[in-house]
Amino acid sequence: MKYVDEYRDPARMKRLLAQLHTEATTDSYRLMEFCGGHTHALYRYGLVSALPDCITMVHGPGCPVCVLPAARIDAAVELAKKDGVIFCSYGDMLRVPGSGQSLLGVRAAGADVRVVYSPLDAVKTALDNLNFQVVFFAVGFETTMPATALAVKEAQRLKLKNFFVFCNHVLTPPAIRGIFASDESSDEPVNVHGIVGPGHVSAVIGSDAYGLVVNEFNTPLVISGFEPVDLLESILMLVRQINEGRVEVENQYRRVVAQAGNAKAIALLDDVFVLRGEFEWRGLGMMPRSASALANRYAQFDAEKFFEVIVGQGKEHPACVCPDVLRGKIQPEQCKVFGKACTPETPLGACMVSSEGACAAAFQYG
Amino acid sequence: MGRSLNLKHGVVELAHGSGGRASALLTKELFLPALANAELCKADDGAVFAVEAGRLVVSTDSHVISPLFFPGGDIGSLSVFGSVNDVAVMGAKPQHLTAGFILEEGYPLADLKRIAESMGQAAKACGVSVIAADTKVVKRGEADDVFITTTCIGLMPEGLNLDASNIQSGDQVLISGSMGEHGAAVLASREDLGLHAAIESDSQPVHGLVNALLNSGAKIHFMRDPTRGGVATVLNEVVNMAGKGIKMDEQVLPVREPVRAVSELLGLDPLYFACEGRVVVICAAADAEQTLKVMQAHPAGLGSVNIGEVVDGLPHLTVRNSWGGERIVNMLAGDQLPRIC
Repeated sequence: MKYVDEYRDPARMKRLLAQLHTEATTDSYRLMEFCGGHTHALYRYGLVSALPDCITMVHGPGCPVCVLPAARIDAAVELAKKDGVIFCSYGDMLRVPGSGQSLLGVRAAGADVRVVYSPLDAVKTALDNLNFQVVFFAVGFETTMPATALAVKEAQRLKLKNFFVFCNHVLTPPAIRGIFASDESSDEPVNVHGIVGPGHVSAVIGSDAYGLVVNEFNTPLVISGFEPVDLLESILMLVRQINEGRVEVENQYRRVVAQAGNAKAIALLDDVFVLRGEFEWRGLGMMPRSASALANRYAQFDAEKFFEVIVGQGKEHPACVCPDVLRGKIQPEQCKVFGKACTPETPLGACMVSSEGACAAAFQYG
Repeated sequence: MGRSLNLKHGVVELAHGSGGRASALLTKELFLPALANAELCKADDGAVFAVEAGRLVVSTDSHVISPLFFPGGDIGSLSVFGSVNDVAVMGAKPQHLTAGFILEEGYPLADLKRIAESMGQAAKACGVSVIAADTKVVKRGEADDVFITTTCIGLMPEGLNLDASNIQSGDQVLISGSMGEHGAAVLASREDLGLHAAIESDSQPVHGLVNALLNSGAKIHFMRDPTRGGVATVLNEVVNMAGKGIKMDEQVLPVREPVRAVSELLGLDPLYFACEGRVVVICAAADAEQTLKVMQAHPAGLGSVNIGEVVDGLPHLTVRNSWGGERIVNMLAGDQLPRIC
């Protein structure tokens, strides 16, 4: 299959692994893959065990399911429970525990919760069910934002009065800043030497978007694709930057990511979304200017305004240390409840729910 | 209620499940012509059949697939193959079938007729007869079009033992064809993914293939059909029952290109996609080559390959990829795809 096979080519893999074993000569390289998709791929292709021992992959917070705090899941559950509401969500979100119920729980209790693959499916659902109020649960980083934006524009074109977006989109560069800043404010030193940067997010926002963060925290970043060859190549590029004392944004995923990003998509985001003052992240706490809301000119589609959603104080499970996992402070296996009380069947924390969550990946392929 | 069914434009009505005249009409004009055999036509409360001395195998399976008609099959043939295959992989020869129908009020009779005829043809292909059946109708909204439960009864050959306790380290794991076509076909047709490559379900009976295997004298240790949860789930069940591991080589796993495309597109693993016409066979290493030849010589096993080996150690299913990396393939926590059979 084109665009897949060449990036899983065993000869290239072996060559890259050999190069890594030769060139990774320092005692310890702690590299954070920001993106949950990378975490999943590292496990899925058995790369974690194939890397030289001196390279430790630290799993970052780049899983949109995992970073959404319980309070916002609770708000989604309340929306889904309302009479006359059809609640549309990506499948991943259904099992995520809030303070009490999950979306799957309220569906079993009678709420109309539907899985969609695209926000445009939710628009179609609204068109087909004019007597119902259709709410799309918009989650994700910059990757999924253009699709939400298109859905809002389409709903406007169709003059729909029954389509709403519960917007929970979060932004990547502030999250990277959050990881390092939170470590700086504590006594522990920043303990990540390089970042494997997100691929699909960068396809939208471009590689230039990371310049500031990289300089501010003096940590190299390589934007990576998601196939095994991509990841090994990116890790090798980071090892070389660290060895040579360089701190740069490099782009391994050039077949997809342009330096300035996707101009059309960025224009669309600028039109449909505005920055929120602050937003709560699971694990990273309240972070300024780290999330988006619908712009005022699209207020009629904003579920938070229409349904007067109140996002309260969520309760996480007391034994769950997802916050430390999301910040890369501990590995999933170091959590006391990992694989015991907390499994994919009965997740206590969000990292165990999504297949991109660090704990779920570690459990599935462990 | 007219004197005969309107098989062109009519729909299922609550009266069709009442046990009264309407029910009789539905049986007489729709089900009996499709499924006809002497025993069913007697319309007694139960079917009587003779048994040979020995052991019987019975297996039951409910079918709630959506959509009812999919590329390569429909709920009618699927409901026959489902139970027949379960009995066949136990090593038994399928003999009789019973069927229970739950119909939703308003379902078109023309489509129901197609389903019944498909069942009839499938049963004929499997050499079984539907000797007892039942129909209930529920109100609109209380079911989703048509649900079918079938039960198959088969004869177990004298002395045959295909228990998981037969499985030894060194045994080879064979599969009778490419993986995941049923799951991928249902998913692609349900979600309207707009794929150009048509994927057809592999839905087919495997009793003939099993029969050929048993007649060939191949020393088979264990057999299963990898339906819900696919090959990964069946082999996880095997490692747990046998208390041994299984190692597979990713490069030899038979997955057709369109199925790979669907799984790459949606981020799903074809190892977990359901098959509805495949058999996983476990046999001693010394017999593997011969067994594979027998499988490949049968029309239902043309694409048979050796996919792995039973090994000592922890009861894990592991896959080795092309550059030597290994990963554990676990049971899925939930359904990768609901309502596929």
